[in-house]
Amino acid sequence: MTEDQLRELIGRVRRGTLSRRGFIRRMAAVGFTAPMCTQLLALYGISPAAAQSVPPYRPTRRGGGQLKILYWQAPTLLNPHFATGTKDQDASRVFYEPLAGWAADGTLHPILAAEIPSIDNKGLAEDGRSVTWKLKRGVKWHDGQEFTADDVVFNWEYARNPAVAAVTSGSYRDINVVKVDDYTVRVEFPRPTPFWADAFVAATGQLIPKHLFKDYAGANSRDAPTNLRPVGTGAYRFVSFAAGDTVRAEANPNYHLPNRPFFDQVEIKGGGDAVSAARAVLQTGDFDFAWNLQVDDETLRRLEAAGRGRVNIVEGGNIEHIQLNATDPNREVDGERSHISTQHPAFRDPAVRQAMALLLDRQSIQEFIYGRTGPATPNFLNAPPRFRSPNMRMEFNVDRANQILDQAGWARGRDGIRQKDGVRLRFVFQTSVNAPRQRTQQIYQQAARRAGIEIEIKSVVASVFFSSDVANPDTYGKFYADMQMYTTTMPQADPGRFMNQFVSWEIAQKANNWSGRNIVRWRNEEYDRIYREAEQELDPVKRAALFIRMNDLVVGSNHIIPVVQRPLVSGSAVNLRPVLSGWDTTLWLLSDWYRET
Amino acid sequence: MTQYLIRRLLIAIPSLLGISVILFTVLALAPGDPFEELATNPAVPPEVRLQLRASLGLDDPIHVRYIAWLTAMLRGEWGFSFVSRVDVDQLILQRLPTTLIVIGSSQIVALAIALPVGILAATRPYSLFDKIANTLAFVGFSLPTFFTGLLFILFFSIYLDWLPFVYRTEINATGFAWFWEHVKQTIMPVMVLGLFQGAAWTRFVRSAVLDVIRLDYVTTARAKGLPERVVITKHVVRNAMIPVVTLVALQMPIVFGGAIVTEQIFRVPGIGSLLISAILANDTPVIMAVTFVFACLVVFFNLVADILYGWLDPRISYR
Repeated sequence: MTEDQLRELIGRVRRGTLSRRGFIRRMAAVGFTAPMCTQLLALYGISPAAAQSVPPYRPTRRGGGQLKILYWQAPTLLNPHFATGTKDQDASRVFYEPLAGWAADGTLHPILAAEIPSIDNKGLAEDGRSVTWKLKRGVKWHDGQEFTADDVVFNWEYARNPAVAAVTSGSYRDINVVKVDDYTVRVEFPRPTPFWADAFVAATGQLIPKHLFKDYAGANSRDAPTNLRPVGTGAYRFVSFAAGDTVRAEANPNYHLPNRPFFDQVEIKGGGDAVSAARAVLQTGDFDFAWNLQVDDETLRRLEAAGRGRVNIVEGGNIEHIQLNATDPNREVDGERSHISTQHPAFRDPAVRQAMALLLDRQSIQEFIYGRTGPATPNFLNAPPRFRSPNMRMEFNVDRANQILDQAGWARGRDGIRQKDGVRLRFVFQTSVNAPRQRTQQIYQQAARRAGIEIEIKSVVASVFFSSDVANPDTYGKFYADMQMYTTTMPQADPGRFMNQFVSWEIAQKANNWSGRNIVRWRNEEYDRIYREAEQELDPVKRAALFIRMNDLVVGSNHIIPVVQRPLVSGSAVNLRPVLSGWDTTLWLLSDWYRET
Repeated sequence: MTQYLIRRLLIAIPSLLGISVILFTVLALAPGDPFEELATNPAVPPEVRLQLRASLGLDDPIHVRYIAWLTAMLRGEWGFSFVSRVDVDQLILQRLPTTLIVIGSSQIVALAIALPVGILAATRPYSLFDKIANTLAFVGFSLPTFFTGLLFILFFSIYLDWLPFVYRTEINATGFAWFWEHVKQTIMPVMVLGLFQGAAWTRFVRSAVLDVIRLDYVTTARAKGLPERVVITKHVVRNAMIPVVTLVALQMPIVFGGAIVTEQIFRVPGIGSLLISAILANDTPVIMAVTFVFACLVVFFNLVADILYGWLDPRISYR
């Protein structure tokens, strides 16, 4: 289906000559999923009567007692602009709020904004160069001061100041923020920007109060007492904090939403390990909620059987994938292996890459290793649904792989390993030390052996593999191996930043201390061109089509073989109603959590 | 005596300096940096991470960083954690009370078991009591704490549902209920550590007492007609305690250092868990401070042990 046809269909729904259901049926016929259709319609302002991206909040009064949350990594600081990990962003989110957050379906949900900017409400400029946020009125900081546009502007100044050394500076340094009036701010972009919801949104958009931080907006940022005693606008206000151990909060009686929050106190306890955290929620019921349960599905099911808690699985964009190196890891050029001027002797043949993709048994990997925590997928870009390609297929077929290799002239040698022109199909396959990854490596190794390919398994300790240490040859960024496997996270509901990891100007190499994001070192002119196009494209449907094309290009090249999606897994008490999202922090809507009685 | 003390303290300075140099180089050579998580997050541009590294001085050569650390330490500035941006001394002080309570009481439990059982077993060697005590001691110190910890959790928390297995410093209660909750959550970690330590010390006390009890002066004391109680407490135990004191004194820094594994299992926010999370996060200032304080304490308690010898055994003199 081409973009024009899509547009025509949407137009017909709008004019009323085609029913929503009819639209979804037609789309399904060409492989689009129902959520994707709904979102395409929503983008054009055609939303179902009861559009709910956030589940309804039912309690009619407060006073819900204590909520006990367990994090197996302990929060270490409470200033969102310094948060180095999700644990810190989550802990800060108890107290601080952004203008808007991302709901589970990848749509924006207003929090401190009065409404979500759109073309219709004149919030978005037609040329994509600015976005105007209207702030909610009557919001007060925990100390009673009014929340105004000055606070929003201050956060931009604070985060972009290099002396502050804020982790969030990436979201703020290239924009300009103007106060229009006390309750309106305008964010201006240097060029047309289709993804405008980065600054002041979600984890990096949490707003800190100007009146308490203005004297610490420079090199002395570390000395601000409020760093450790947060004063925000959130549903819960600060009680106590021990770095690396416990955060305690109590209900904010002046919260800006009615009947909220439900709980009197919130306690976040940190430390320990994921399995015992799962146990404390699912089996003994000592805690109400446990974050990020990186535990195998079998164990989770066994603990769940106790009936005290259940496992929540929320879809996000994180993807476990295998990369086939486009460059030669065994040849050194200018003191650098996997140099961009080289080509991988075996993987430069598309037949070999296609065979490698056919040899990965994703269905078994899902079934026997990841279970509910890793659905197999043929796509690299899986979510939000409007960006998911319907064109890719996953197939596990050893016979076809053999056939393809035979046809391409890779003949089996005396030892059963295929070779051609002196190049043997023998690959070093590296990943980090992690039980499911090692099991996946083994499954792949066995299948490859049946096709005359020998895979040598290598596993590197995670702290080395994922480090940015320039002196270490075993990091994933250097990629001094034929193949590697890891999970790329997708922290935003927009694939703009996510898909830049295959553009040619991001290639990891010595010149950029291997900090470039294109680690597989794959280059494709068409990809570069449509990525540039997507950066400027303001039409959401056209843009979605561009990203789908990008996914098809990179997955179709078989240099990237997606393995499984990694949704967010958490555990909660049976009667707890948490509101979770794969696109925002775990506690992004803690104000709406409640306990059913 | 004073001269001896001064000499010992002066000798301690170069050894502490040496320790700090070794610690610092090993840490600097270890792979990884505190901003690893930022590296895999596509929303954070690599420049931000590089700039953070530069602002914390992580890109300077090792010797420059070491000298900067040393001069700050001499001025009494312990530096601040790269991860939480909190001053290191504050972090340590926050953890100290819990550590002292949990690890301290486990050492007391260990002594309370080891001394009476060890002495009693030695005075009646190869009796039934001795055999039972021996067997249990062997079982006790051959089971590692992470194993007994999990065993305790499975039995007392999950099977019987008596004790909580997550340690919480802040408890929402007052008076006796508060005290009781604290006792309940402290029992398991204290017992796991105390029984392990106690088992090892029991064997040690027993052999120390056995060595002494066969000596001629003990026979003389008995021949004088002294009651058995006096012979044991005044003549045997006092002499047998010399090696035990060394062992216990050298163990004391551990009270400060916490018990890494046990703290992790029970989520006790002690110094051990501070150290392990700092190591995992490559948070150099915290690792340096904790390990350096630890080294100082080892040196200090060594000195204390030497001084205690003189009090226990007047034949030892200081020159």
